[in-house]
Amino acid sequence: MPAERAAIIAGLQKDILLLQGFKQANSTSVDMGLGRITAAFPNETFPTGVIHEFVNTEAEHVAATAGFISGLLNTLMKSGGACIWISTCRTLFPPALKAFGIAPERIIFVDLEREKDILWAMEEALKCEGLAAVIGEVKEISFTASRRLQLAVEQSRVTGFILRRKAAALNTTTCVARWRITPLASEPEGGMPGVGFPRWNVELLKIRNGKPGEWQIEWFSGRFRFADEQLPIVQPVLIRKIG
Amino acid sequence: MSRRFISIWFPHLMTDWLIRCRPALRDQVFVLALPDHGRMIVTAASMAAQAQGITKGMAVADARAIIGSLQVIDDKQGQSGRILNALGEWAIRFTPVAAADLPDGLILDATGCAHLWGGEQLYMEDIVSRLTRIGYQVRAGMADTIGAAWAVARFGSIPAIVPAGEQSSVLMEMPPAALRLEPGICERLIKLGLCQAGSFAGMPRAVLRRRFGQELLMRLDQFTGLENEVIQPLLPVEPYQERLPCLEPIVTRTGIEIALGRLLETLCQRLCQEEKGLRRAQFKCYKVDGGVEQLDIGTGHPSHNVNHLFRLFELSIAAIKPDLGIELFILEAPVVEDVRPLQETFWNAAGGLEDVNIAELIDRLESKTGKGTVHRYLPAEHHWPEWSVKPVSSLNEKTTALWKTGRPRPIQLLPEPEPIEVAAPIPDYPPMHFRYKNKVHKVKKADGPERIESEWWLREGQHRDYYVVEDEAGSRYWLFRLGHYTGHKSYTWFIHGFFA
Repeated sequence: MPAERAAIIAGLQKDILLLQGFKQANSTSVDMGLGRITAAFPNETFPTGVIHEFVNTEAEHVAATAGFISGLLNTLMKSGGACIWISTCRTLFPPALKAFGIAPERIIFVDLEREKDILWAMEEALKCEGLAAVIGEVKEISFTASRRLQLAVEQSRVTGFILRRKAAALNTTTCVARWRITPLASEPEGGMPGVGFPRWNVELLKIRNGKPGEWQIEWFSGRFRFADEQLPIVQPVLIRKIG
Repeated sequence: MSRRFISIWFPHLMTDWLIRCRPALRDQVFVLALPDHGRMIVTAASMAAQAQGITKGMAVADARAIIGSLQVIDDKQGQSGRILNALGEWAIRFTPVAAADLPDGLILDATGCAHLWGGEQLYMEDIVSRLTRIGYQVRAGMADTIGAAWAVARFGSIPAIVPAGEQSSVLMEMPPAALRLEPGICERLIKLGLCQAGSFAGMPRAVLRRRFGQELLMRLDQFTGLENEVIQPLLPVEPYQERLPCLEPIVTRTGIEIALGRLLETLCQRLCQEEKGLRRAQFKCYKVDGGVEQLDIGTGHPSHNVNHLFRLFELSIAAIKPDLGIELFILEAPVVEDVRPLQETFWNAAGGLEDVNIAELIDRLESKTGKGTVHRYLPAEHHWPEWSVKPVSSLNEKTTALWKTGRPRPIQLLPEPEPIEVAAPIPDYPPMHFRYKNKVHKVKKADGPERIESEWWLREGQHRDYYVVEDEAGSRYWLFRLGHYTGHKSYTWFIHGFFA
């Protein structure tokens, strides 16, 4: 009997998710290459067509967040889509995106002067069905504003990313996921000198209908890789110093 | 009812036109010339030049031999055709059917028009005097056929109005050249002593055909009206404009929106039929008190989508102040382009930059936030980081340059490098620690240096030695040392970006 009951509960849970707008994992859903982080999401699929929120305060953390988002965009833009990056004080450097496998010329930058316009522009962009993703850099976002964005994505199924810079007072929003990405010290392959692959501490602070968690991942040759994944063993080659 | 035609001849079309454009040339000795087989040939000569014996078709070198101080002005191929088209469009005020008659004439179909001017005499006088007043020397002829009108304009006596049905009698005195024949046929006729059309018009047709070909017979018939001749009338381009007068003055926003919607619908329907899209549009509201309110929009790609254009206008409708009311709405499209027909897809896939939805979104963003806020970046052929990208505003622009991926570039680049305090071993080791925004960062790992020279052919400046460093917290920075070490300068180190 308990096995049957568990099956019924699982079925009901799936129905609830469906009613809440989370689609079943099927052939059209994208695999973000996030490995075991995927288990934290509802239906075990990275939620697309919703708004993700990233909180960070320092410039270094913004860079790490931009790196992580670029990793996600790599998959979202694979089918040739374009995305829009809306900001008032953008420092993103397009040539660096090439290292994350994105064509920088397919990103449309909207540089605005007033903070107020960003939310309006984001809402307009999120209503546009032809886009792969919309990224907006804001200082803060109110619950009402986030609800407007949520209503926009529910129609168009465009994925939105909000970068919040003033994360001191974290208010409630309707965003499906809240992330915090901080940089971690890299580990160069096989004890080589220099700086290694970009490595981050990924915190999933909040996820609707999922399990929050914390992981250490790095961007390694075009995909995400867990920091504790078995490194390919490289035999250290003894170099005799000459001269 | 017989048809009536007017032929207008401009004996000095090109020079008259040039004197109109540049009044300083009046009474000057000048010629227009075009290159032909490696020499300059006179295409038109001014009256003063003609008086000295310079004629059309002469080489400019020969003309210069006659008059040393000759002014030679470059002609343009097809210029006379363009002038005639413009004059023909102007002449539509006299008749709905006007045609250019290359190389130097106009033909107007005056059937049923003359009585509006009070008779053929007054009608012709009005045309000729108006053209003379704007500076063209003209001769005009009127007859039942184009051929007869053409002949009397050039060879008849002024005023050359041939009464209805009288063209056959006029034909008798006309020289062969008045029949619009090829020069070769004219020459042969004159050689045979047939200097007037009257001397050969009565000959048996078979004889004429055998001797001079079908053309002579055709021209004779066209002159007398036995054969019909058609002209190709000029069709003036109708401006893309729609008007909506209102019975009652409009004062509400809803009213304005309805008017705008209706105008857009009719304009877009026309644009759609002609496979055109508008790039700029003006919406003018004429108020009861005489004031005019105007809204302007621009689009990034030619569009005839009513909903999209309406939304662009909608953003600024609030700026219209109707005051006492608006009695007339006018929608104009001054800039119109061909629409590139896109292949329709079966499903609404996430298209790239070609997607119309994206172009429309950008129009909306730009119309609200102003031009220049939306752009993309393309690679530029520069190593200097600030110059390695170039902003473009168009969605279709492409470049042959490639993105450079060989060297690490920071994901965040500061708009201006900021000075930092650094402790670094000389000569070219990475820093051991640095102070940025009052915080000391201890460098754990570092890569570099990567030297980037300032491009001296564009701008003076010192080179930069870039280092990728990682501090104890794991944050990665892009630092550089400006130029070589010099003893007395401080702040030779800068931070320029953050790596992911």
